[in-house]
Amino acid sequence: MFLIGTNTTEAHPVAGYKMRKAARRGAKLIVADPRRIELAEEADHWLRIQPGTDIPLLNGLMHIIIKEGLHNQSFIEERTENFEALRETVEKYTPDYVSRLTGVPVEDLYTVARLYATTDRAMLFYTLGITEHICGTNNVMSVANLAMLTGHLGRPGTGVNPIRGQNNVQGACDMGALPNVYTGYQKVTDPASRAKFEKAWGVPLPGEAGLMIPEMFEAAHHGELKAMYILGENPVLTDPDSNHIRAGLEKLEFLVVQELFMTETAEYADVVLPAASFAETDGTFTNTERRVQRVRQAIDPLPGMANWQSIMALGDRMGYPMNYRSAEEIFNEMASLTPSYAGISYARIEDKGLQWPCPSADHPGTPYLHASSFTRGKGLFQSIDHIPPAELPDREYPFLLSTGRILYHYNVTTPYSAGIQSIWSKEFAEVNPYDAERLGVESGDRVMVASRRGELTTRIGVTDRVPPGMIWMSFHYKDSPTNALTSNAVDPVTKTGEYKVCAVKMQKVAGE
Amino acid sequence: MDLIRIKIDGRDVEVPAGTTVLEAAEQAGIHIPRLCHDPELSRFGACRLCVVEIEGMRNLPASCVTAVASGMVVWTESPPVTEARKTILELLMANHPQDCLTCEKMGDCRLADYCYRYGVKEIPYKGKTHAYGVEEDNPFIVRDADKCILCGKCVRACAEITGKDNLDFAYRGFDTKVATFGDSPLLESDCVFCGSCVAVCPTGALMEKQMQGRARRYELKRVKTTCPFCGTGCNFELCVKEGKIMGVTTKSGGAVNGRSLCIKGRFGWDFVYSEKRLDTPYIKKNGKMEPATWDEALNVIAGRLGEIKQKYGPGAFAALSSARCTNEENYLVQKLVRVVMGTNNVDHCART
Repeated sequence: MFLIGTNTTEAHPVAGYKMRKAARRGAKLIVADPRRIELAEEADHWLRIQPGTDIPLLNGLMHIIIKEGLHNQSFIEERTENFEALRETVEKYTPDYVSRLTGVPVEDLYTVARLYATTDRAMLFYTLGITEHICGTNNVMSVANLAMLTGHLGRPGTGVNPIRGQNNVQGACDMGALPNVYTGYQKVTDPASRAKFEKAWGVPLPGEAGLMIPEMFEAAHHGELKAMYILGENPVLTDPDSNHIRAGLEKLEFLVVQELFMTETAEYADVVLPAASFAETDGTFTNTERRVQRVRQAIDPLPGMANWQSIMALGDRMGYPMNYRSAEEIFNEMASLTPSYAGISYARIEDKGLQWPCPSADHPGTPYLHASSFTRGKGLFQSIDHIPPAELPDREYPFLLSTGRILYHYNVTTPYSAGIQSIWSKEFAEVNPYDAERLGVESGDRVMVASRRGELTTRIGVTDRVPPGMIWMSFHYKDSPTNALTSNAVDPVTKTGEYKVCAVKMQKVAGE
Repeated sequence: MDLIRIKIDGRDVEVPAGTTVLEAAEQAGIHIPRLCHDPELSRFGACRLCVVEIEGMRNLPASCVTAVASGMVVWTESPPVTEARKTILELLMANHPQDCLTCEKMGDCRLADYCYRYGVKEIPYKGKTHAYGVEEDNPFIVRDADKCILCGKCVRACAEITGKDNLDFAYRGFDTKVATFGDSPLLESDCVFCGSCVAVCPTGALMEKQMQGRARRYELKRVKTTCPFCGTGCNFELCVKEGKIMGVTTKSGGAVNGRSLCIKGRFGWDFVYSEKRLDTPYIKKNGKMEPATWDEALNVIAGRLGEIKQKYGPGAFAALSSARCTNEENYLVQKLVRVVMGTNNVDHCART
């Protein structure tokens, strides 16, 4: 198992527990992470890389693998193209150069490269430590390069495994809650797909892709976007550079927020609709392994309606009546329009769930992808060079701030759990003992942290989990809204914010 | 693989070599009582309740740690076996509180089940008993060491399911107890409050605090569902009494997590009952949020969105759907945006 940019035991605990179990049973564990996370302590090899140097690390490993002839020649020939370009690109990522950029000792690079390449079955895991960079897309493609180079794909116990953050982020994507695709990634720009949905829904549909989240807030700034409906998201707390988000929301003429709580975002709304929680609705979630599983209503919806009912009611008022009698009817309509879900029904997932693609009612589901070919046919190696983070520490802002999730919280719902909040109610920013001493601060002290975009105060915990020069914070707490600090730089393709790296300064705050 | 043929209670059973007698009996549909054995944990052989008679063997071996051998003849409920089990239970009960009437575990207690099965009424042994007291200073797990029978399942669950190694046996002999490092309370230990120890405990020694005093186990309606935190997609049961959630429990089996959960899944559900939950729509009037009916709120939304679409065109509207919501809700949101508002401006936090 090669983990890069995933603190699995905290962000996906049960998956993390399974990894730890596998490691203790003898599976080799490699962890690349700037922080000494729990699994780093469990790892056979922990590569403490400098934040934002994933590409040099991966290119460096590939450099060694190719130089030593450990690449999987037959897989490369049969299943991939553009290998020569990759070989050329990684040529300059010599162990010495990579070691200087990443901080990983040269010997470790050799050991890990050989171990990964020569293991029969090796799995790569990553999460937002890879994607939340300006080069997030390139990071992901580099990870894929490494897997293709060694043929660790398309068999059980291999593959590139992004562990999805939210409970149903996979499903929300599958359902076409994206500006460029309908359900099952059928493109809105493809006339045949569009015709299919126009026929099913009985209306003409727009043919050009819509706006992604950061573009929406940009458009709001410029007065082009006038109204928004936000269901179950709290961008003011969770999106990067929150002051920019707030300003965008303020400019809207009309904002509807549907939420469990009066969130920071809901306060900007003209109308707030109460939402029902997972316990108050029937439906399905699709997990990180594409497994579609049932959600079942256990109690009456607190707001009087499940969300599917209130959304339907809104459609009604706006002149488009939808007459679903149950969540199951909605699922069935969706499945009938979505080839990858076509074989899935509530009856079939009553007990265990099914992994898509599941094209027909007798299809057993698909536990792993790319068995005999990739989506585009052959796997395309990409030549990718190092891009440093958009904002690195300098004289004025000497610390590197990185952010993430902690075990006890899940984004913004858990602070409303009385039990959890009674114990973990405050941010404790992680500061290395070396820096703490220089600043004259101790665990429990309050500090002011400021970036070019905003500032906040937080308590600190002094720990060598973080290296000197780095501060790490979660983003769960209203009182220390970390995203007031984070960078507004985004990946050019996905528009994902660079939450993992920005420059800040820090000083002690007197008193309690 | 080599198949081995044995006889259990007169039935012929064929199982692979290496199978234990207990597992072989299970395959033949015979349930052998056990307290410390758990198919998902390492073999322990501590409680001795699973003893059986095997012809030709001098003692009664523990079936959970005895591998099958060709030609074995096993009796699982013969008089020597039931007598031994009764004695084992009497010895356990000699040092176990008998407050079953008010014990949280009543109705779901393996010790009580087996005492019932083997007719343990009087306890012939009198001796010292423990009086450790109850640890309940954390919001999640109540530990009552007096009710612990030292089966070690919590120790193994912590080490083998969660991998935290936070629990182990401490002290010796009669004083043996399950403890954290330094015998400190859970809150001061490395405990991550995943509650796997609670899920495997056969007695009332480890209980969910949230359920204390609120429901008998047999009153609970259990609704299987999928966890709303993180993308792992663990399954659990919401335990409901009179229309209210009392707690979360887990069961063996299942494709994703079995009985394993983290603190959020097992104990974080109470956000559902937060007093800050919104239960009615609000409309902002003169800068202040005023409660409104669904009718009023939906009419305002439909009216305003209609006007804005009319005035500025479909591109002036955008929606954020939610990675927390169900597939069905997400499907409806994108459909509403595309069909009613006529734009593809719909997204959610997939990339953030």
